[in-house]
Amino acid sequence: MTDSQISRSGPSVVENHLAEPGQGPTLPVEPEESGRWSAALREIVAGNIVLSVLSVVLALVAGAVLIAATNDDVQESAGYFFARPGDMVMAILSSVGGAYSALFQGAVYNFRRPDFFDAIRPLTDTLTYATPLIAGGLGVALAFRVGLFNIGGRGQMLVAAAAAGWIAFSWDLPFGVHMLVALIAGVTAGAIWGGVVGLLKARTGAHEVIVTIMLNYVAFYLISYLLRTPVLGTPGSNNPKSPASKETAVFFELLGSKYNLHFGFIIVIAATVFVWWLLNRSSMGFRFRAVGENPAAARVAGINVNRVYVAAMLFSGGLLGLAGVNQVLGTTTSGFGAGVDAGIGFDAITVALLGRSRPWGVFVAGILFGAFKAGGFSMQAAEGVPIDIVVVVQSLIVLFIAAPPLVRAIFRIPAPLERTARPRKKAVAQ
Amino acid sequence: MKLELRGITKRFGALVANDHIDLTVNPGEILGLLGENGAGKSTLMNVLYGLYQADEGEILLDNEVQHFSGPGDAMHAGIGMVHQHFMLIPVFTVAENVMLGHEQTGFAGRLDVAAARAQVRKISEAFGFDLDPDAIVGDLPVGVQQRVEIIKALSRDAKVLVFDEPTAVLTPQETDELMTIMRQLKQGGTSIVFITHKLREVRAVADRISVIRLGKVVGEAEPTATNTELASLMVGRAVELTVQKGPAKTRGRAFAVENLSVVDARDQVVVDRVSFDVRAGEILAIAGVQGNGQTELTEAIMGLQERVSGSITLDGQSLRHLSVQKVLDAGVGFIPEDRTEDGVVSEFTIAENLMLDRSYSKPFVKAGSLQRNYLAAFAEEKIAEFDIRAQSIDTHAGRLSGGNQQKVVLARELSRDLRLFVAAQPTRGLDVGSIEFVHERIIATRDAGIPVIVVSTELDEVVALADRIAVMYGGRIVGIVPGDTPRDVLGLMMAGEAPEQGAAA
Amino acid sequence: MTDTAQRTPAAPHKDINTGPVQRSWKAPIALGVFALLAVILFMGFGRAGESTLTLSARADSIQLVPLVLPTLATCYIIAAVLVAIAVAATLMVRRGTRVPLWLTTVFSILLLLGFLVWASAGANLPIPGLLAGSLGLAVPLIFGALGGVISERVGVVNIAIEGQLLAGAFSSALVASVTGSPIIGLVAAMVSGVLVSFVLAAFAIKYVVDQVIVGVVLNVLVSGLTGFLFSQLLSPNSDALNSPPRFNEIAIPLLSEIPIIGHVFFRQTLIVYLMYLAVACVYVGLFHTKWGLRLRAVGEHPQAADTVGINVGSTRFWNVSLAGAIAGLGGAFFTLGSVGAFGKDMTAGAGFIALAAVIFGRWDPIRATLAALLFGFASNLQGVLNIIGSPVPSEFMLMLPYLVTIFAVAGLVGKSRPPAASGKPYIKS
Repeated sequence: MTDSQISRSGPSVVENHLAEPGQGPTLPVEPEESGRWSAALREIVAGNIVLSVLSVVLALVAGAVLIAATNDDVQESAGYFFARPGDMVMAILSSVGGAYSALFQGAVYNFRRPDFFDAIRPLTDTLTYATPLIAGGLGVALAFRVGLFNIGGRGQMLVAAAAAGWIAFSWDLPFGVHMLVALIAGVTAGAIWGGVVGLLKARTGAHEVIVTIMLNYVAFYLISYLLRTPVLGTPGSNNPKSPASKETAVFFELLGSKYNLHFGFIIVIAATVFVWWLLNRSSMGFRFRAVGENPAAARVAGINVNRVYVAAMLFSGGLLGLAGVNQVLGTTTSGFGAGVDAGIGFDAITVALLGRSRPWGVFVAGILFGAFKAGGFSMQAAEGVPIDIVVVVQSLIVLFIAAPPLVRAIFRIPAPLERTARPRKKAVAQ
Repeated sequence: MKLELRGITKRFGALVANDHIDLTVNPGEILGLLGENGAGKSTLMNVLYGLYQADEGEILLDNEVQHFSGPGDAMHAGIGMVHQHFMLIPVFTVAENVMLGHEQTGFAGRLDVAAARAQVRKISEAFGFDLDPDAIVGDLPVGVQQRVEIIKALSRDAKVLVFDEPTAVLTPQETDELMTIMRQLKQGGTSIVFITHKLREVRAVADRISVIRLGKVVGEAEPTATNTELASLMVGRAVELTVQKGPAKTRGRAFAVENLSVVDARDQVVVDRVSFDVRAGEILAIAGVQGNGQTELTEAIMGLQERVSGSITLDGQSLRHLSVQKVLDAGVGFIPEDRTEDGVVSEFTIAENLMLDRSYSKPFVKAGSLQRNYLAAFAEEKIAEFDIRAQSIDTHAGRLSGGNQQKVVLARELSRDLRLFVAAQPTRGLDVGSIEFVHERIIATRDAGIPVIVVSTELDEVVALADRIAVMYGGRIVGIVPGDTPRDVLGLMMAGEAPEQGAAA
Repeated sequence: MTDTAQRTPAAPHKDINTGPVQRSWKAPIALGVFALLAVILFMGFGRAGESTLTLSARADSIQLVPLVLPTLATCYIIAAVLVAIAVAATLMVRRGTRVPLWLTTVFSILLLLGFLVWASAGANLPIPGLLAGSLGLAVPLIFGALGGVISERVGVVNIAIEGQLLAGAFSSALVASVTGSPIIGLVAAMVSGVLVSFVLAAFAIKYVVDQVIVGVVLNVLVSGLTGFLFSQLLSPNSDALNSPPRFNEIAIPLLSEIPIIGHVFFRQTLIVYLMYLAVACVYVGLFHTKWGLRLRAVGEHPQAADTVGINVGSTRFWNVSLAGAIAGLGGAFFTLGSVGAFGKDMTAGAGFIALAAVIFGRWDPIRATLAALLFGFASNLQGVLNIIGSPVPSEFMLMLPYLVTIFAVAGLVGKSRPPAASGKPYIKS
């Protein structure tokens, strides 16, 4: 035997990464290990839901602190806290309780209405508000799964709303067909606006985060300009606002004229099913996920990564386009301005994160944030608590969700077996 | 300075990377630390350097116990390290890299670059290096970058110097030069730890040799020990590593590359007018030191390189200008050299990894829909056939050992109808059992009448598998020689010298 | 720039002839396109009349005579010169020489002058006012961009500049109103910028959350928080809580008397002078001090920095905090320097323009400052042209910074290479 017969494995690449489980000298223990791993995995999955709920609770508590601290009665009673501490406690309870019960009654069920059909109206409002959030959330989530960060929801929604709105107010088509054409036009416009980002990334390597941010503003100024011209603007009006969508194009109401819930919700359910199928059951989704998890390996395996980026951004933009269409055909059918996106493009990011980029997770997260929105308006009206508090609570939820160790530390939950520090992509896509 | 490690233990979860390791290095001595990949050498040195904290044990310098909470402490105590993957900042100059971390400053923290330049020049001159302190490190050749690493350590008055697999990226000449430098350092009283898995090198330069296996020190040896002794210590059993291989039954020329050149993103010609052919039923090994164009050559064949010229033909069909997908469809099987980066998707299950390169057509996909039942049956079959040790087909590939991951890649590639098989560094970082398995499969593929290309930086693997050997240096093929060519000839070729008898094989 | 160098340390330099150095046709093509645009605009849409460019503000002690130019003739001449330069550049590249920087600079200035003359046909364009307004719009952008440069150079992507500006604007208005001192307001702005940074740093470094996510969410959080407090506290008590004293202008003797630019640059508030100081300090600090060397090392190759004893985590943490303080100052300019009171979401995307300036300025403090000035100029020009009634829709001028940035990241304008480890968390075993 010569020396050469031994030193056959290459330079020690592995050794430096010993932290990877199972790679190294302790091979024999593997069967046990994988058993332990699946147990750990189950724990993490179970823990995820608990952590999500705790995150929501934490955020609501933080919101309560803000509400109480800025409440006039609370501040007043704080002045004589040592004389009568009970006053302050009562003031806090009443301010927070009032705000959150208004939030609940505005979002789910209004106890003050005698009739069930009146009382349940807030819940349908919640679903109405949730509709574009789910559509947008799906778009952002889909991009996440491919390893792309689509912050361009605002721009994609704006061009989609403009395209759909333009068809809705300027074309004359029969009922149904009109809506369908407007819908397709809007989704296509959003898809193109997103696809450009994918194309730039594929062709030039331009980072999608930067491009989408910049395209948001380009779209905003473009639509602002068009609204001042006869293309989108209302003739004879100085107001940069479009004419109203025609009845033939508007999403019809699902539960009669008493409720705002419209056909868009059905489309969004269909979209959720579609995205679920796309990601989990289709070959294209397989490639999407492969590229999202490891673009290098995907490329070596013959997957055209650039084409996947373009395709994913087309779908993502199209879904955000759907959110934009919802705005002009469902929510603000009386004509739109350059603010028609109503911040949904950014809310969609939080929805996708809360839903952990899973289609049905996004669906649930969208309904939760829809409830916050619906309730937020009634809270503002009834209790005078500015609706901005909802934005604060939402962003806190996402921050907490993104950092499980923080939530665990606050509630003193033990960490599930090692691996607390997760690499970059996981925070997005898991 | 005398370095002593006592009972060092380091665990990663359930894995014990270092198990009560004791080592001593005396002043002016070179200790060779020999071990297979994954034996725990680098972990040990990272503990010594303060990058990892040991779970048990202590480090002593000149009989004083040290407590390193980071590399800064270790450096301060006089330990320097030449890392396997250079710890240099490519966009900085040599002087900036050398001064980083112990900068001399003037008024208001202003950098004293002149002092750093002077220091670089002083140390360079002492060792006869010709080094421009203002050169950008990223523009320097690898061998020179390593010298910057050495200067970096010496500029911090390192009394103990650790070389972690320093020859992996060097040509034989550069390796010889490095050894001269190490002897020079030793003369000056520096204690040196030389980590390697290459027997020849450690015997040439070390005063004493410690062998480490599965995280433990399994023996000490003198440099006079035979290779066989060292080798059996290192791998733990007297291994018969020559794979059983009959003579090749070759048929006609199946695959040919002519005048192939590749230009990389930095406008460097990395593959330079390379020509060779492979017959059906033979293994052509492409040997050479890492980074001499082998990676780019295989990538060019696979359609993974952009700027390629020349011709690539398989059974008369040109593979140039084809997408990776089309190349795979043409019947080319490919094992990429970086398994975790390019071979598997760690977050995918074994089953999903097994269909990674077949997501475009039947049988795994019908009408755009995944055929999950078919995939499950297929995966079950392959797990058994390739002896992939995992709990189920739904285990994530990232949870598998390197050997099992490689078996997944092998199973995926060998289950297609192949007309060419390209394996790049197929056994890098694997345990001995997996290496044997992979080698057997490669030979079985050859015996099935498929042309095979094996790219390896390990001369031993090349010698064990090849029917013919093409040696690459500087992007060119130095020569193509028979599989039984003596190693010293191959060694010279790897250093760029054309074989005397000419490329006749 | 050798962006692949660190990925392939194993690639030896080849002694192979790499062929002639590739000629870059980018410059002549770009010049040609712009020259063509100028010809189309100036000749195709030629405007008659005279353009008056006022060069002195009323308060200047040295009064310059306004420049009165015949619009059409001036435009024709300028267009001709532009075409000539483009042709010259083409010839230069064909001969194998590079297009010198001064030539492109002259080209740009002429193009700009031509555009101003063309746009102000039959009207009076006050140049000092235009410049002063541009600087005013650019100040917060510059602060934000400096914060961005520091943060990204140390390896943490800073999408939260917008949030830092907004937090700075809010707290400086509140604190300055309560204390009556703009200086204390300035300090409060820095503190609140740092607080936003703390959250960014803690989540990005300690909890290894994706930095872009944290940045995006922080912007929303700050917008919601300041919006909530504004509606709940500031607007009901705006006299007490939202009427900050503003900084007075300080004229620097002699310098402020320089014609055209003296008034613009040297009769300014304290914040603007702080901005000059900040630009100089960041530039010198980044490239000529120990602090900067370590900061850049951590952003380029954190592991290498770690092995020479630099604490990557704390270096990142404190420098991201510093970046927040600087961006916070920019926020204070909105309330203490220009507007005089806080308004909901008053930064209106300035943070993203600052981010654009960071990228367009290739992560270099001086270039980023120039980019911010350019962007400020573009948006102010839009306002001025609107007033004198120009034919260019203002939206397209406002779009400019964003479009230019897209071109920049797509590699159509120069080549921008971010710090190698920017956005990548450093995980030690």
